[in-house]
Amino acid sequence: MYSFEPTDEQKIIVDAARKLAVKEFRTRMSDADEKSEPASEWMQAGWELGLLQASIPESYGGYGEHSALTSALATEELAWGDLSATLALTAPNLIALPILHCGTEEQKKEMLPHFCGDSYVYGSAALMEPRLDFDPNALQTTATKKDGKYILSGAKCNVPFAAESEWILAYASCEGKCQGFLLPKGIPGLIVKEREKNMGMRAFPMYAVELQECIVDARQRLGGDAGCDYQLLLNSSRTALSAMAVGVARAAYEFALDYAKNRKAFGEMIAQRQSIAFMLSDMITDIEAARMMVWEAAWRLDEKKDATHEAYLALNFAGDMSVMAADRAVQILGGYGYIRDFPVELYLRNARGFGVMEGIAIA
Amino acid sequence: MICFENSDWIKKQQEYAESIAREMIRPQARYYDEYEHEIPWDFANYIWKTARHKLDSLRPDSDIPGERFMLQVHTNEMMGWGDLGLYLCLPWQALGGNFIRVIGTEEQKQLLMKKFHNAKPTWVCMALTEAHCGSDSSAIRMRAVQDGDSWVLNGEKLFVTTAQMSLVESDGLLVVWATTDPSAGIKGIKAFIVEANTPGVKITKLEKKLGLRASDTAVVIFEDCRIPLKNLLGGPSSTGFKGAMATFDSARPAAAAAGVGVARAVIDFLKEELARNGTKIRYGVPRRLLSAMERDIIDMEAQLRATWLLLLKSAWLIDQGKPNTLESSMCKAKAGEIITRIAQKGIELMGSLGYSRELLLEKWMRDGKVIDLFEGTGQINRLVIARRILGYSSKELK
Repeated sequence: MYSFEPTDEQKIIVDAARKLAVKEFRTRMSDADEKSEPASEWMQAGWELGLLQASIPESYGGYGEHSALTSALATEELAWGDLSATLALTAPNLIALPILHCGTEEQKKEMLPHFCGDSYVYGSAALMEPRLDFDPNALQTTATKKDGKYILSGAKCNVPFAAESEWILAYASCEGKCQGFLLPKGIPGLIVKEREKNMGMRAFPMYAVELQECIVDARQRLGGDAGCDYQLLLNSSRTALSAMAVGVARAAYEFALDYAKNRKAFGEMIAQRQSIAFMLSDMITDIEAARMMVWEAAWRLDEKKDATHEAYLALNFAGDMSVMAADRAVQILGGYGYIRDFPVELYLRNARGFGVMEGIAIA
Repeated sequence: MICFENSDWIKKQQEYAESIAREMIRPQARYYDEYEHEIPWDFANYIWKTARHKLDSLRPDSDIPGERFMLQVHTNEMMGWGDLGLYLCLPWQALGGNFIRVIGTEEQKQLLMKKFHNAKPTWVCMALTEAHCGSDSSAIRMRAVQDGDSWVLNGEKLFVTTAQMSLVESDGLLVVWATTDPSAGIKGIKAFIVEANTPGVKITKLEKKLGLRASDTAVVIFEDCRIPLKNLLGGPSSTGFKGAMATFDSARPAAAAAGVGVARAVIDFLKEELARNGTKIRYGVPRRLLSAMERDIIDMEAQLRATWLLLLKSAWLIDQGKPNTLESSMCKAKAGEIITRIAQKGIELMGSLGYSRELLLEKWMRDGKVIDLFEGTGQINRLVIARRILGYSSKELK
């Protein structure tokens, strides 16, 4: 039977995420964007929230059970605070959750406890490739098996914290499928190149990475010889990015709504004009709709049902929606919307990323 | 606990509704479009004799705690998928009946039940719009004057859906809105129940429409039409129009659901045709690598799902007894927009074949447009949304 009511536990987590977003994310987002560096408080204070630790079972050092839905609810709230902060805080998910979902028992036992400690541990994944025809279903980075090892070659981009991460989960085409490989920091052949300069998400360091005949042990393949359920990871990533898109759009919407109610022109508040009011109507309608699509995809993930279609449609819709909402917010603020003293131009720069990047977040 | 799955009961009802839509409705859709104003008796008789006893959403008495409205939107969607025109011809309570069921007195509810047990198909319609006012319902001029033991109704109503079937073709009911005191504005507006065959009420015109041709839309005039005092909807303590607005909150998702059904019909049809043509839709591929055709179909599906989920949330709120004015207007505005866009685009994708009356695409475009017009136009619903989110009154945001 359909229900749209989160559990009490989920409400508590959302509330805690919101507090963090208000206290640590909102207050530092502009400064971090200008400096193109994440605030250290994001990871420190954020880690205490325990979202990842609560997703990992006790047997692997954590104290809970993973729920894509709970994660999506919290993620929307965090991204409402700031997108770069959310991406930075949840970057360790990029390696920990795929291991949790698809890793061998050995991989789980070895790796997961690292992400359950008292302090933030850098972790990342390399999925995107710097090509016009990039398709996550047909990676050009290859993993070739030779003498019981895999040799990885190819170019990657948009790799979060590539320089800082203790491990990077690199995705490559292997025996006709897309598969993941756990690369420890400093492994020969893993070349971290220059820090990328992107339109938005500026406080979230991403790097270009080159894999030059990087040789990894067979036991470093995610899921061992059986490999991983790549589609599941893609679906989880799309759901997480969609949840973030909803958060960013809601932040833009709320700012524009507040502005429109306080900005006077021609003797009345601009929100009292239908041309402004209707933009706000369309924004909130699509935000709410996108949220429902995120919830549905996340619910399916938790129910172990195939979420491929739902997650793909959710990201398509939420990606467009967030650009629309952020653009409308800039429009409502007029010239002020274009000035970096106000956050809506940042929301627009951030929102544009959702439809063009995959695999930079997972929840 | 968030859940995106129907109960077994709704799944079963939905299956039955689908069989009606597929076997009884869709095959007759074109005929009744071409022969406007012909009454689809076969369909009506089948619904009355058989479906009425099996499809719980048709029953005015069905007391289904928790999921009544969820069932309603699911069956409406299925009927709309079959055909929007014939959906409106379903012999059942419709909007007028819903008002009686929700705000009627015990005696009035019994009258509704009595009609439901008629041997022949029976309809219940509602008259609100007048020539000079559509969306601005508070400006209605039709008069209701108390005279001894009756109310006397005088005036003219437009766009009364199934008036012919309610008043002429069956022993049905009409719910009409009139002012008891023009100086009192919206406070003076009340609803009244008029039975078929009451002297003084007559149909003067059946409209010829862009779509929905299977369903009659009539002009009804009232000339010294006398009805008993007890036919004041909700009784003497009735809160009138303001109190009734809440019922529109449920009418909007109900109408939107039928529209979503039409949109799904378009998409289902396009996908079948593309598959027959050997054109694959590559889901999961980044959009910039897709063909224009693939992008359009995928975008349609995303919009459809977005609208449907908004609508389900609104329905769920009704079933939970929670306020849903905002959500109802959201799903209605969105449904009107997407069915219009999807059906228009659907014809484009099929080229001149889509324009042909041999197929149903052009009909779906004509039929679907009404979703953006009735139960509040897209603009009225945006106003409702905007006032809610901004905390503005109708004076502050006109």
